Order: sequence, then structure tokens, then C-alpha cells
Amino acid sequence: MAKITKADVEYVAGLAQLTLDEATKERLVGEMGDILGYMDKLNELDTTGIEPTMHVLEMTNVFREDEVTPSLPRDAALMNAPKTDGEYFLVPRILDTE
Amino acid sequence: MSNSWYEKTALEIRDAVRAKKVSALEVTDSCLKRIEEVDGKLLAFIDVWADAARKQAQAVDAKIAAGKDPGPLAGVPIGVKDVLCTKEGTTTCCSKILKGYRSPFDATVIERLAEAGAVFPGKLNMDEFAMGSSTENSSIQRTRNPWNLDCVPGGSSGGSAAAVAGHECAVALGSDTGGSIRQPAACCGCVGIKPTYGRVSRYGLVAFASSLDQIGPFTKDVTDCALVMNTIFGRDPKDSTSADIPVPDFTKALTPAVKGLRLGLPKEYYTDALGAEMRDKIQAAIKVLESLGAEIVEVSLPHTDYAIATYYIICTAEASANLARFDGVRYGYRAPGVANVDEMYRKTKSEAYGHEVRRRIMLGTYVLSSGYYDAYYLKAQKVRSLIRRDFMDAFKQCDVIVTPTSPTPAFKIGEKTADPLEMYLSDIYTISVNLAGIPGLSMPCGLTASGLPAGLQIMAKPFDEETLLRVAYTYEQKRGFEMGMPAALRG
Amino acid sequence: MKYEAVIGMEVHVELNTQSKVFCGCSTKFDAPANTNVCPICLGMPGVLPVINKRAVELSVAVGIALNCTISRWSKMDRKNYFYPDLAKNYQISQYDLPLCANGCLEIQVNGSTKRIGITRAHLEEDTARNTHTIGGGDSGVDFNRCGVPLLEIVTEPDIRSAEEAYAYLTSLKQILRYLDVSDCNMEEGSLRAEANISIRPVGSKEFGSKTEVKNVASFSGVQKAIDFEIARQQQVIEGGGQVVQETRGWDADKGITFSQRAKESAHDYRYFPEPDLVPLVVDEAWEAQIAATLPELPRARKARFVSQYQLSEYDSGVLTAERPMADYYETTVQCGVPAKPAANWIMGDLQALLTEHKLEIGACKVTPENLASMIALIEDGTISGKIAKDLLPELFATGKSAKALVEEKGLVQISDTSELEAVAREIIASNPGPVADFRGGKEKALGFLVGQMMKATKGKANPQMANDIIRKELAKTE
Ligand SMILES: [Zn+2]
Repeated sequence: MAKITKADVEYVAGLAQLTLDEATKERLVGEMGDILGYMDKLNELDTTGIEPTMHVLEMTNVFREDEVTPSLPRDAALMNAPKTDGEYFLVPRILDTE
Repeated sequence: MSNSWYEKTALEIRDAVRAKKVSALEVTDSCLKRIEEVDGKLLAFIDVWADAARKQAQAVDAKIAAGKDPGPLAGVPIGVKDVLCTKEGTTTCCSKILKGYRSPFDATVIERLAEAGAVFPGKLNMDEFAMGSSTENSSIQRTRNPWNLDCVPGGSSGGSAAAVAGHECAVALGSDTGGSIRQPAACCGCVGIKPTYGRVSRYGLVAFASSLDQIGPFTKDVTDCALVMNTIFGRDPKDSTSADIPVPDFTKALTPAVKGLRLGLPKEYYTDALGAEMRDKIQAAIKVLESLGAEIVEVSLPHTDYAIATYYIICTAEASANLARFDGVRYGYRAPGVANVDEMYRKTKSEAYGHEVRRRIMLGTYVLSSGYYDAYYLKAQKVRSLIRRDFMDAFKQCDVIVTPTSPTPAFKIGEKTADPLEMYLSDIYTISVNLAGIPGLSMPCGLTASGLPAGLQIMAKPFDEETLLRVAYTYEQKRGFEMGMPAALRG
Repeated sequence: MKYEAVIGMEVHVELNTQSKVFCGCSTKFDAPANTNVCPICLGMPGVLPVINKRAVELSVAVGIALNCTISRWSKMDRKNYFYPDLAKNYQISQYDLPLCANGCLEIQVNGSTKRIGITRAHLEEDTARNTHTIGGGDSGVDFNRCGVPLLEIVTEPDIRSAEEAYAYLTSLKQILRYLDVSDCNMEEGSLRAEANISIRPVGSKEFGSKTEVKNVASFSGVQKAIDFEIARQQQVIEGGGQVVQETRGWDADKGITFSQRAKESAHDYRYFPEPDLVPLVVDEAWEAQIAATLPELPRARKARFVSQYQLSEYDSGVLTAERPMADYYETTVQCGVPAKPAANWIMGDLQALLTEHKLEIGACKVTPENLASMIALIEDGTISGKIAKDLLPELFATGKSAKALVEEKGLVQISDTSELEAVAREIIASNPGPVADFRGGKEKALGFLVGQMMKATKGKANPQMANDIIRKELAKTE
């Protein structure tokens, strides 16, 4: 079953911020098609009235109190950054879109 | 004797260290020397912290000299899967995208183990971001199976399993999302447990699939497993999903008594998919327990066939969000020469991730995307409820469930990497445990004709690790064989 | 054809907790860049969120004040999109089970009351701030704001004009400030408003294509942007075109909205339940506990001021506009002074001083007790109103007690008849002209003479007595 087209792969890659070369796209069309085809197995099951499991634990209301705890020193915060000016994390100019 | 401290169990080490029969430093040196000798073959360690480990050992010795309690794991060398955050060294998940990343904090388990007197000799190899069953997806190296250097150690915690089986460290930490502790433990012939979800704090565990991940130990025997569980289990206010349930002294559960205990054998697990040789090994193990008075009950887990599809939808969906943060802004790799932010994201991720990680991000993104959420993700969450219910129903009829860990022993390096679906299907016996959130342990139950370990898996009710340990301990005491030194490291 | 506007508002308000919503970093505004950050709000590998209980309580308090149903069972979700202001490249928010839903807020426009439906209010985390003024072609990211608790309040498309939108925002802000859940400072970004605007022929039940106007810095800006957008959409439709569904920015200088292009996939957020946080259960007991901490809200308080203190609608509105002012007024009155003079002094001279010195009532050195004692001194005739007017700035500047200052300066009113009679005689003697005018029938001249008396006594003469006595003296010497 052709579950996935190249256009699907490109759309999803866009959402995931991945750039794929043509060979990889073709490869993923095949692999994702197979795997998603296998996943369609779940449609054999009637899950009407079944609650989804979001958490296996039956816990609710785990909170912390509103107390300030020490932050990282700035140099520790920036320590791993690929590019900084000592104050900010620097990134290539952000285009004004979301 | 002094040269072979590396061969000892955690219990033997800590008893000797506490009784001042050996210093923690001597044990550490023995372990570091062993790593030097065999890791060239095994390639389990990606980073060895000789100086730091010696300092930690000296601190333990100083505590003892000062008459203070050095802790229940005094001087025990514990290797750390590279998925756990450590202030020492780097934390990379064996991915290029985190090359050189230094965590500003220690994972809660590391803090607790350090407090208990453990010594950390270094970081262990794994599949990139814990995605894989053979450790072949590491961006760093390919770890070998100590029983046959041509074989994989299993995965994703292959480095941890190989290091413990190869006696490079008494204990190693791993993480298990769909079998990543139990399957390599089975492949390498050591003990590994995936605790009940919520038992061990995930703070400092780099997330793969948050609702499935748990940290657990690899040990040489069941007793050591209990010993480490005593230290790492328990509520952590930094992890909202860590359960507020008392932690018993698990070593008290180590009694060889299974009389009247009901062992459930799920009929869906004992099918033709299970190789004859593996089936024989498991049945022999069950016979041992039966001869000691355990009752055998056939149980049914009717949704077993749907577990793999369910698992790969949920874990890839969660992973697609968990891995989004590796974007080259605050840490990690950033592709050079990018003109804008979008290009930065795209080039960084595309250049740094291996294909398995990329594929899972793609699958996870797809199953959550507009128009597919209900058909895949929501459906999988519902089937997860059915799978969990299967287990709860089965546990009405039995106290533990006994199965193989893996349908086959360790395979040859390079043998299975071509077909991802085939690789996913080999997780059949381990992933349901994560979906149901229950504890599962793998322990060796002999060697196959080709000399590779076979793994026995024991599952228990949520938070009933005590019964699980009791069965495992009983089998270990009565199985009538020792695993001994792995073949490839003898002589 | 006649058109009507259909408008819905989305307001993001930062909740004024001490610490962030999922970590212990301070929420303080204005700290040096990247100093209120930790592994959690930087989205470092291995971290987990733990939700701030206070943030949940403040959200529920707002929900109750906006007449919402509080969800007994809600949860947090991940909203996935890539942007450098988002540490994890997903925002922890609420998707299908918000904490508060189905509420309403009543607003007053042109003297009539209108009910605006509140669709939902949900808790989420704020994003980092990007700056584009770094130089070298780079943008800088400051994560101090990342993780500050944010409540998003969404209305039904019930608003029909820019004035209604303005009234809604004003009314909402007033409530939020009464609840003390946020300082609602638009300049500092602790309150941000977006409007979804479409138009349709009057009588039509269908919705037109809407535009979303963002990044407006003030309520009046929102009002102007909506007016502009309504006119623009009408022009597009009447010109035979179609309104494009899009996000538009507001250029306050030019007074126009402009298109902000967005990627086609930008809205596929792939929400799913946050596995790192367990569900939130607000049971009846907890809701009641939070409800019990709620202050009397502005509308109720205004109505009570009218009935209890017999103040006008207008005065009650002014005094209850902000909770601290209303509290100040009530404390003053509770000291036993009459309601009306207290209102006049607070809204008049005291407010003028506050405005002049750019102070909030909370920072005022004149305590309500002190103001009350000054008013009491006027009421019992110890000082004149005129003296009090001069006295207040000094009380305001020094914080001294009114009584002490009156005594210290000898400002006690002269009510001694013989003393005042002597002054009156002097004034009559030295002002023959006005005296003649008065006697010639010009009543007005009397005012001048009383004024002279006040001047001669440096204002200390009891004005009523001065008036009576000079009249008597004028009659005598005739
Ligand atoms: Zn923080």
C-alpha cells in the first residue's frame, strides 16, 4: 500500500526542520510507507469507549511551591552555546515570521 | 586476589571496602586496568574518567578513614550510559549533535549513587539517542559482544551490557524505553531491570520517549541489582512522574522461595516466532522454578500482536518533540555557514543526526501531524490502554509473567541494519512492559549452541519488584550453572 | 450594503508569581540578559518541568472572576513549532482541556451593558526575547522571560466594534489588577492583546475571513488598529476582492496594519499531552478555597459604593477603578469621617498630588488614617477647608500627622468672637470704598471684605463666623 508520497515526506520534513536529499526522500517514502502500513494493523481493533493512556501512573497534581531557587551563573548558561557575545545566545538573523 | 577485584560483584566490593580489606582506590585501579586491557576489543566505553574515578575512590577511602559511613555502594565502580547527564566529561547520547556537550548538572541517579559511595569510571556507548537494538547506531563506535566479538551486544544500552559482562565495571546504568536494558542484558549474559515506570527519577536522563523511559542497572547478579535499586529508587521532586511510593529494602526479598507462586506463561509469546533453541532454554528455566514449587499458569495477553505498532507510534511521536530542542542555538552542533535561522535548524539537524534518528523523527512528526493524530497517535494511546489491561487481567491469575527476553540471541554486526521494520519486530517481548509501565527483568538462562547467552524475562505487577527479585534470585541460586568469563575474553 | 464587525480577542497575561512556571528561576523583569535561567528553562538535555502551584491557583482565580467553569480535570500539552525564542522548540500549553472555560465578562459601552463570552483561559509558558540590535547580522536571544507563567484568555467573537474591544480590554485589565495576578504592563509585555477581526453584511449569520492583528503596544492602539482593519476589509470587499486570512502587524506611526507573511505549515502544531506532567485536578474544595481568597470585584464594589456611601455613579467608578484606591477610600471612611468629603478630598487634592508626583496610591505618605484625621479637623471646626488645602501638600511631602502639623504651625481656626470683631472693625475702617459699596446695596462687596478678614488672619478665621461678624459690625457702624 502506498501510504506515503514524496510530497508527504517533504511536508513532514518541513515540520521537523529537516533537509533531505533526493535519495533520502526516496528511501523514506519506502521505509515510512512500510512502517505506517504495518501500523494500520491497529485499525483492526475497535477502540470505541476506550480511554487513551496518557500516563501509566494514576498520579495527579504534582506541584512545586512558588519559591525562587538559584539560577545558573551566566557563563555556565552560555558555556555550551555555539555562538554568544557573553550576554546573549546569538543566532543568524531571525526573519520576522513565526 | 588483589588483581581481580574487577571480577567481583558490587556486594563483594562494598563489603570488602567497608571492612577495609581493600581500598576503594585499589578496586578502582583494578577496574581501570581491566578497561585498558579489554576495552580495545569491546569498545564499550566512549570516555574513561581515570583521574575523576580515582579521586572519587579516594574520597570514599577518606570517609572510611575518618570513621564515617561511606555508603551502601562504597567503592563500587559504576559505568554510565551516555544518555545520563553528568557534570564530569561530556553527555552526548552518542550523537554528533551533542558532541562536546557538558551538562551543568548531574542526573538524580548519579547524585544518589555518588552519595552512596559509588565510583564512576566513565561513559558507555549506546545507539544514538537510545534508538536501536544493537548499538550500531552510535555515532562513535560499534561495541562488541563479549561472548563473540563479531556479534552486537544488543541495544540501545549495548555499552553498559558489554562493560558489565566483560567485567570492566561491577555495575552499569542503562535506560529502557522498549527493551534497551533487558535486550542487551540478555545478549551479553548479565542481569538488567527496567523498573516500574515512576520508580526511578528521570531527571538527567536525556529523553527519548518520556512516557516509556526508565533508568535501570546492569549487574552481574540479582543481589547486586537489588542493592543498586535500594539507592536509585524513590520519589524525586524534580520529576513530576516519579512515584511517591515507599522503597523497601530489596535485599530482603532475596530469598529462594517460590513455593506456591504462580508463574504466568502468555500463550501469545510462545509461538513459532520463538526459535526452538530459545524455547528450550526458557522451558528449562521454568522447569527449575516449577521443581521448587512454583505453579505454572497459562495466561493470555490478547493484544500482544498490536504492541509493536502501538509502541512505535508513541515512542516516535514523543521523540519527535523531545529531540526538537537540539537545534544549535543553546548548545550542541550548529552547521557552519548558515544565512538564517531556518537554514540553521535544517542544516544542523540534517548533518548531525544518523538515519535511524531522522526516520523516527519523521515518523513521529507524521503521526502527530494535522489529519493523522486521531488515526495514529490517539489510536495508539487507546490500544495502549488495552495492552495495559491485558497485563492487569493476567496478573489476576499469576504473580509474575515469565517469557523470553528476545526471540533470538545476539546477531552479527551489520546483519540486520538494512530493514528497519524487521529490526523493530525483534522487540516483541520487551516493549509491552514499557507500554504497561510494569517492571521487567532479564537474566541469563544459559548459552545457545553457538555460545551466546539466552535471556529469561520476568515481569511483575506495578511496583512489585520484590516478587520479581524473589523469583529471579531463586532461579539464579538453583539454575545449576555459572555464566563465568565470556568466551571472547578468556585466557 | 451595511457591514458589521465580528471581533474576538486573545489576551496573554504574565502571572505575577515569584518563580517561573516550570522551574525555580525568578520572574523579575529587567534582569541582565540570561541571568534568570537554568537548565530547565534553557531546555537543556535531561531536564523535566515541575508545575508551579501558585500559577495554577492564579489561573483558577482569573477563571472564577471571569465566571468560567473551572475544569475538574485538565492537563498540559506540547505545542510544537520551531522558533529561537522557544527553548525546547515546543511550548508547554493547554490544548483541549484548559483550566477555565465558558465564562463571560460584562462591559459598559455608551451607558449600556454588554456581555462578552470568554471561550477559555489556559496556562502556558512565556517565550524568550529576541533582539535584533546585536549587530554583525546576528539576532540575540535572552531566555529570562522563557518560562514565565502566561495565561491566555480568549473571547467568543462577541465584540462588534473597536470601542467594545477597548472597553473589554479595560475591564479585563481592571479585574486582573484587582485580583493582583499581574501588573498588566503593556510596555513591559506583561499584557499582550491580539484581535481577530472579520466583517459581514448586517444580518448575516456567517463569518467572513478573519485577520489577526498582533503586536499592538496599547489599548488605544488596539482600538485604532481595529478601526483601520474594519475599514480596510470593507474596502477590499466593496472593491470586489476577498479578505485574505492572515496575521497582520500594526504600524503605530503610520496608523496602518500590514501583512506578516506566515509559512503554510506554521499552524500544524502537533499538540499532544505533555508526558512529563501529570493531570491537574481542581476539585470543588480547592476551587472554593481559591474563590474565598478573591477580593470583591470592581463592578460589585462600585455598586456597593453607590448604595453604601451614597456616592454618585461617577465618583464610585473613579474610586473603584483600582483596588488600592478603593481600599484607601474605605479605610479612610472607616476612620469615622463622612463619605462624601472623604471622596472629594481623595479624588480632588490627593489625586492631584499623586498625579503631579507620578505616584501610586500605595506609595502615598498620607495614610488613610491621617487623611481621615485631617478631614475630622475640618468637620469639628478646628481648621478651615482653606487651611486644609494648604496643609495637604505638606502632609503629602512629610508624612507627618495632620494634628501635629496643625499644632506645630498654629493653624487652629480663630473662633474667638471678640478677636474676630476687632479684626472686622479694622477691615471696615481701612476699606471705606467697599464698605460704601456694600451699604449702597452691592452684596458682592461683602465677599471682598470677608476675604480681607481671611487674609488678615492668614486664613485662620472661621469663614462662617467671619461672615456673620463683619455683617454685624457693618450694621453697627452704619
Ligand atoms: Zn529556569
